[in-house]
Amino acid sequence: MANRFKSDLTWDDVTPENVFLNRRAFMAGASALAATGIAGPALASQYSTDEEPNAWDEITQYNNFYEFGTGKSDPAEYASALTTDPWEVEIDGLVDKPGTYSFKDIMAAMTVEERIYRFRCVEAWSMVIPWNGFELADLLNMAGVQSGAKYVAFETLLRPEEMWGQKRRFVPWPYREGLRLDEAMHPLTIMATGIYGKPIPNQNGAPMRLVVPWKYGFKSIKSIVKITLTDTQPETSWNTINAREYGFYSNVNPEVDHPRWSQASERRVGGGLLAKRIPTPMFNGYEEQVAGLYEGMDLAKNF
Amino acid sequence: MSHALTPAERINAVLRPVPTWLVYLVGALPGIYILVGITLALSGIYDVFGNSLGVDPARTIEHWLGELALQFFIATMLISVLRDRFRLKLIKFRRPLGLLTFFYVVLHLGIWLGLDIQFRWAEAWSDVLKRPYITIGMVGFLLLIPVAMTSNNAMIRLMGPVAWQRLHKLCYPAIVLGGVHYVMVQKVWEAEPLIYLAVILSLLALRGKRLLP
Repeated sequence: MANRFKSDLTWDDVTPENVFLNRRAFMAGASALAATGIAGPALASQYSTDEEPNAWDEITQYNNFYEFGTGKSDPAEYASALTTDPWEVEIDGLVDKPGTYSFKDIMAAMTVEERIYRFRCVEAWSMVIPWNGFELADLLNMAGVQSGAKYVAFETLLRPEEMWGQKRRFVPWPYREGLRLDEAMHPLTIMATGIYGKPIPNQNGAPMRLVVPWKYGFKSIKSIVKITLTDTQPETSWNTINAREYGFYSNVNPEVDHPRWSQASERRVGGGLLAKRIPTPMFNGYEEQVAGLYEGMDLAKNF
Repeated sequence: MSHALTPAERINAVLRPVPTWLVYLVGALPGIYILVGITLALSGIYDVFGNSLGVDPARTIEHWLGELALQFFIATMLISVLRDRFRLKLIKFRRPLGLLTFFYVVLHLGIWLGLDIQFRWAEAWSDVLKRPYITIGMVGFLLLIPVAMTSNNAMIRLMGPVAWQRLHKLCYPAIVLGGVHYVMVQKVWEAEPLIYLAVILSLLALRGKRLLP
């Protein structure tokens, strides 16, 4: 939280009262655990679910990361080719301090904590993942968000010689994602740098990937090299590929049908042959925290 | 007796003594393995599959069965093409291959209903109606039911060869629907399903006028 209370914040950055109160409760609960390092110790969070997390092997061997192939086991097989050190992230657009930030410098400035989140894929399977990471808001505040900024755009690394899937053209590379600024600044939104207290494996988006737990998994873009603050809604990869099936928001919503998969229920993978199908909750169970972001919006239209 | 055997004649000579029950048996082995494996695993007796099916074994089995169904379907349709173009006499293997196709289609559908959608009938029904790739797959399955039900000598006698043959031309639309279903399951254009579809369409092209009812 090192940079949250800098004086260069504007009124646009003021945390809404309900979120503010949540955070106070969290800060009180977290006590004074000094925590840094890639993965960080298990600093418990009020945002964590108490559901049983999936096993390490499940989380790291069943991935959608098309840069390494479209099969679920392809990323685990091929992602070792990726060089993640050194790693730099360019932060540009409507920020006070645009520039290239090294991953090491970012980590030195951030406070890593554990967040055990439900993870819901648009393909109607889900997991529970104990991420380690920091709030995206902290990183954005470090760069200084300007008052005109309304959206945040993200880009994955483009390096076909290490990511063989990028040699095939079924996705216009690099992979792109985007959030509205208030979604990006929400305390649930994190940059994950670890899983189970270990550095995040390449196939899960090393060294740094977004995690937005109330949205379908493809919004949680991996191996980020570029973050742009902008005043226009950014292009996002799956929306570009198939706008009818993948909207900009892509909030988990059991009531809004997807042309390809019913979103009413999901299979919690990891239970073997009997991996149980369970009902999918609104906003993936984070309705209380995030429903306010979409007040008055038609979620069927803004899917 | 004077001329040397052509390659086709040699192959015919080798395959002539192969009994059809052997085709049924060998062809059904993967399906039997899966059925027995699921039964043992679900009853808690023995985990046949171990880690071989990955993190999401139900989905792995579902996809595997779908591919097997398409492979057997292509093999079935290949028989008459090989006869017409290469004089290979494999016709006695066509029924076993065709029925094995139906066996794998039924298993594929059963795994989807049982292990994937887990008998949530309302969701299954809305999937059939609303998801084009599932609709297409289901229509293909429905077309195969009368074909499979009449794949025996008694039905040929009962229907007469002309009507029987006409009915069995339902295989042509069914195999195309199967290939399209496989292509559409993917979120992006993948090579493997497109290759299957290309093979299917080429086979049909080779059938020429016989495609017509």
